[in-house]
Amino acid sequence: MQHHYFNLRLVSLIVLLGIFLLNDSCKSGKKGQEGKEVGLEDFLTEEDIFDDIDKAKKIFYSLPSPLETAMLIKSAGANYNESVLNELTNVDKYATNKSKALNLGIYTTDLSFACLFDQAQTSLKYMDATRQLATEMGISDAIDEETMKRLEQNLNNREVVMDIISETFLNSSSYLKENDQQDVAAMVLVGGWIEGLYIGTQMVGNSPAQGNKLVDRLAEQKLSFSIVERMLQDNKQNQLGEENRDIVELINELHTLKAAFEKIEVQTSAVKVDESETEDGVTVLRSQTKITVTPEAFTELQAAVNSLRNNFVQ
Amino acid sequence: MKKYLPYIATIALLVTFSISANAQCKGFAKKLCKLELTGYVHDGNYHAAILTEGEEAELYKTFYSGQNYRLAVCGSDALPAIEFQVVDAYKNVLFDNKQHNTVGTWDFKLESSQQLKIIVKVPVAAQQTEFPNSGCVAIMFGFQDK
Repeated sequence: MQHHYFNLRLVSLIVLLGIFLLNDSCKSGKKGQEGKEVGLEDFLTEEDIFDDIDKAKKIFYSLPSPLETAMLIKSAGANYNESVLNELTNVDKYATNKSKALNLGIYTTDLSFACLFDQAQTSLKYMDATRQLATEMGISDAIDEETMKRLEQNLNNREVVMDIISETFLNSSSYLKENDQQDVAAMVLVGGWIEGLYIGTQMVGNSPAQGNKLVDRLAEQKLSFSIVERMLQDNKQNQLGEENRDIVELINELHTLKAAFEKIEVQTSAVKVDESETEDGVTVLRSQTKITVTPEAFTELQAAVNSLRNNFVQ
Repeated sequence: MKKYLPYIATIALLVTFSISANAQCKGFAKKLCKLELTGYVHDGNYHAAILTEGEEAELYKTFYSGQNYRLAVCGSDALPAIEFQVVDAYKNVLFDNKQHNTVGTWDFKLESSQQLKIIVKVPVAAQQTEFPNSGCVAIMFGFQDK
């Protein structure tokens, strides 16, 4: 038994070393810092390899939250258009764990989007929809009566409304993660992130891709896609080693989106810290990103996002 | 049945401890660590875990250009000051809080979007105890509404 365990460790070590060496030589790590397509494997160090063999390190994968997603779309120049949001009447349709989780994320992004454009009444309605889904998922504490009352009293104060959205999302994600439902928490995040991509791609519509700030912002989501993949891979099995069908299904559904992102190039250079801090104590990180997205590649991304999102909200 | 009682009691105790420790972590992140983000909007994501002295955690996240971010790393009172580093995909260390009196926050903005890794370490306390201390460690992000 011990011999078998030793062999397993040896094989793992050789495989990891292989990946590391291959990655280091092919991708020219530190040597060429001028620009390359980066992935999570680029962060792997020699130390990590030996650490991975000896001890389990806690690893977090962080996706833009619904609030951050909405903010990113808005700051890239998107306008408000309520017709792109998931219809409120759909909320009663979601019967499975997977559809409830994905649509909790979707409605939270819609709510954040409405809030950022000061759409008070719409924000209230979408908060109600997220509350209904959260309650059906057993997270009734996430959005309680008090929260709804606070929201109603502060509907015209964007800062407070954003704080309420952030708090309710923190309540649901912490509940899910601390009750061994990391898989559900991951699906909520993926739903919210896809909704952001959907709103963004709908806003671009038929506008030219070249020189379009919103198109660049959407293309940059390729960087977050690798995090989505790792997060879902990590949740493919439960603690008993059983396959999580919802997650496996979701990974398969994301294949067309992956193919679309592969046709978009996002090269980033190494980061240099600007030591001359700005007046307000904010450090500036200087680097270059080269985004290459052809009109055809963007059309493919739009189609992939459209099909995925419509499948989720059905 | 009686002979199983000690086992059942032990399991119940462990489950209760684990649930209560987790609940404490959630409360710690919400009530204490979130305060470190004052002036920024918390993104709503929850990244917290119970770590023991000498343990490390890593977080991967994409940060986007044009946004002002605040990173807050907090540890509960039982733990020594938490150390953290921010590293880019070329393995350059962009920030190391050990060089800044182990501060718990860092404000930054990016010229262009980047995937970064945050490495968090609970150092071993200078004064050794019989058992290493454990406590909640939370990593939180805030951004500014423009």
